[in-house]
Amino acid sequence: MSETKNTFTLDGQPVVFEAGQTIMNAALAAGHYIPHLCHHREFKPHGSCKVCTVRVNGWLSASCTTPASAGAKVESEAPDIQEARRRIVQMLFIEGNHFCPFCVKSGNCQLQAVAYHLGMEDTSLPHRFPSRAMDASHPDVVLDRDRCINCSLCVRASRDADGKDLFGLSGRGIDTHLVVNSSTGLLKDTNIDANDRAIQVCPTGALLVKRRGYEQPIGERRFDAQAIECEFESKY
Amino acid sequence: MASPLGQSVTLHDIAARHLHARHRLLQMLREVQASRSYVPEEAIQFFAHVLNLPIAHVRGCVEFYSFLHTTPRGQFDVYFSDSVTDRMAGSEIVAKRLADRLGVTLGQPRADGRVTVSMTSCTGHCEQAPAGLANGRVFTRMTEARIEKMASLIEHGVPVSEWPAEWFHVDDGIRERGITLETFIPPGEAIRTALARGLPATLDEVERSGLQGRGGAGFPVGRKWRGAYETKGAHYITCNADEGEPGTFKDRVLLAKYADELFEGMTIAGLLVGAKKGYVYMRGEYEYMMEGLQTVLEERRAAGLLGENICESGLDFDLRIHLGAGAYVCGEQSALLESLEGKRGIPRVRPPSAVKIGLFGQSTINNNVESFVQAAQIAWKGAEWFSDHGETKSRGTKLLSIAGDCQRPGIYELPLGITVREVLARCGGENAKAVQVGGPAGTCVGRDEFDRRVSYADLATGGSIMVFNDLRDMVDVARQFAHFFAHESCGFCTPCRVGTQMLKHYADKIADGQGTQRDLEQVKSIGEFVKGYSHCGLGETAPNTLLDTIKRFPEEYTSRLLAEADFVPDFDLDASVTESRALTGRQDQLDQVHSD
Ligand SMILES: Cc1cc2nc3c(=O)[nH]c(=O)nc-3n(C[C@H](O)[C@H](O)[C@H](O)COP(=O)(O)O)c2cc1C
Ligand code: SF4
Ligand code: SF4
Ligand code: FES
Ligand code: FES
Repeated sequence: MSETKNTFTLDGQPVVFEAGQTIMNAALAAGHYIPHLCHHREFKPHGSCKVCTVRVNGWLSASCTTPASAGAKVESEAPDIQEARRRIVQMLFIEGNHFCPFCVKSGNCQLQAVAYHLGMEDTSLPHRFPSRAMDASHPDVVLDRDRCINCSLCVRASRDADGKDLFGLSGRGIDTHLVVNSSTGLLKDTNIDANDRAIQVCPTGALLVKRRGYEQPIGERRFDAQAIECEFESKY
Repeated sequence: MASPLGQSVTLHDIAARHLHARHRLLQMLREVQASRSYVPEEAIQFFAHVLNLPIAHVRGCVEFYSFLHTTPRGQFDVYFSDSVTDRMAGSEIVAKRLADRLGVTLGQPRADGRVTVSMTSCTGHCEQAPAGLANGRVFTRMTEARIEKMASLIEHGVPVSEWPAEWFHVDDGIRERGITLETFIPPGEAIRTALARGLPATLDEVERSGLQGRGGAGFPVGRKWRGAYETKGAHYITCNADEGEPGTFKDRVLLAKYADELFEGMTIAGLLVGAKKGYVYMRGEYEYMMEGLQTVLEERRAAGLLGENICESGLDFDLRIHLGAGAYVCGEQSALLESLEGKRGIPRVRPPSAVKIGLFGQSTINNNVESFVQAAQIAWKGAEWFSDHGETKSRGTKLLSIAGDCQRPGIYELPLGITVREVLARCGGENAKAVQVGGPAGTCVGRDEFDRRVSYADLATGGSIMVFNDLRDMVDVARQFAHFFAHESCGFCTPCRVGTQMLKHYADKIADGQGTQRDLEQVKSIGEFVKGYSHCGLGETAPNTLLDTIKRFPEEYTSRLLAEADFVPDFDLDASVTESRALTGRQDQLDQVHSD
């Protein structure tokens, strides 16, 4: 097969892809970072956060669900797209309750890291200050819905990697929320384990292992050491 | 507890009647809601158990649909349409009157378990407004006098089935008939004609007619059918009878009076692609038509027009009707398919299209009610019968449902390409200052644009036409639409889930006279963003009316903006400390913070 047959351009740079690959996965595999929150290469794409939106031959679409196609012109870091991504992240911040200075995930949080990456300086929109139920019923794991961005990564990881199917999204519209798959709706009545993938893939501080926090001093946390784009660009 | 309907029906009965089929979960939950006035926790656990579904799945479904509730609504559950044109006809007034008489707060069940009164999105009876639902039954033309009577019937516990029949009378609303409303197909004749001509030749006929999807988007029906025809494997036919776009009520008439034509169209599509099964997905508000439709289905089965070996063709096809449960997004084709599978109505990722991977993962033809009716008529009468009407790029006639400030609201079948001015002349809406074509998701045009055409090439509509005269406040209209979308967003994607809330926030702020130029700029920029970045057509169109009215009626906005100096912050410190003040009992003047 010739080079152009399985190549698209990402902001002008050629990216080689395999048949069936999405733009996101092809870009990541080639060491190019496209901001994302609900995507994780191990799991089936969901396409809901829209942070990964790119322009493909003039049309905006989520790169994590759009198949790569030969010769496509993909724009990712155009000013209007970066601006929109910033707005999406702002929306995720004002939708929940994120008190970063007190959060154990601070410095290791992808929402925060993507916000830094995009140069988000304020939230600009009116905060909603929702009142959401916290689930601290389990001895080892806590679910703080205040910090949940409805990305569904835990839903997919629990189902597809842990084989437990412990989570689901419920409600509609702004009332969308994570529910726990047990008769009481509480974590204590599940067989969740502190080592479950579901907890590890949570991009924010919504799903946490208890009694583990502030383990690295400020300055040595995951995204202190390396900005999120550098982490992704060096990983592949 | 006393319940409005069949209180003796057990969860076992419900599951058994639906053959323990998981995809019928929503149908089962609807029956639980109807018989118990809510879906108790016990029912969630029961269905999860017997259908072998995750509890989170069942719970997710219950919490998604507006007509399903996790707490009791009481013996009487009354909804009033709060669509703009219903409000113009006084729906808020009658709703409030009923709530006052019964001593309830809108949306909150009365403590004695007697009644809940609430508002709901457009119920599709706009030309007979104010309309609503009482224990699922549609009432029309509600008046304050009737409300007094209703309050007393509710207080006395008189079942809805014994309420005055005239409250539930629904007119067909037809004002002007064209080729479609004048064509009644003798049952089976279109199928026989199609079989005699040959099914592939009938597909050619539908393609040649130029028929475009009547649900609003206008995708060529023939092209969609051909796509499915050329796709290997099993097929399904689905009919979109969700009719959720506020101001649309034309499918209501087709379902009530042209069911044979509809089923005939679906059957021809089914025979063509070799589908064995089809589903009509009808909005829950239209449940009162269920009995009539089931009768037609039975008659057709008895006549050999459904079931096995249809018209001696050797081909089998049958139909079922499923009901929605209060979710506008379920009119979006892929959300509709999810809902038919018994799930939350979340739009799917595209590609693939439904023609490739649709219902239960199979190739699916999904069309609007009117599309199937007209396709059946084309199969019977031939392509020219249809394509002789309309204009080059928009063939045929279209059913328009017109409501609002006009003398003769109702259903008009008119050739596509007709101007807005002509439409207004027919319905007696000459005094209009604005016309909303295509519902809140469509386009709002002002007087200087009344020569524009209703067609797929210009102003597309699934049927909804709303007329507004000089007395109407367009900022308020746009605000109400903003509320509609915020309420109906499925919540899947960030831009629409949060963006529609932001648009609602700023629309309220401006409409309430608290907005500044900066807030207006926010509406424009958030609006463009939500249109561009949302996952489905709901978000892509949600900002339309705000953006249209800002452009066309700028003075209505600017006249109520505050000067920049009078900036009102989004964050109301006073309001946010109210709770702590109440808790601490502090009412001293010193802690009162004012923005000035
Ligand atoms: C939010 C939303 C709601 C919709 N509601 C309806 C509806 O109630 N009825 C309908 O026929 N189409 C509706 N549509 C359009 C459908 O997605 C789809 O285009 C249509 O059912 C296809 O049938 P047609 O080609 O015959 O029009 C809606 C689309 C969106 C985005
Ligand atoms: S989850 Fe992330 S964004 Fe939210 S409070 Fe914690 S660190 Fe901040
Ligand atoms: S808990 Fe975490 S992983 Fe799960 S949906 Fe919320 S943010 Fe995503
Ligand atoms: S990462 Fe693609 S939509 Fe969330
Ligand atoms: S929430 Fe439904 S389209 Fe975004």
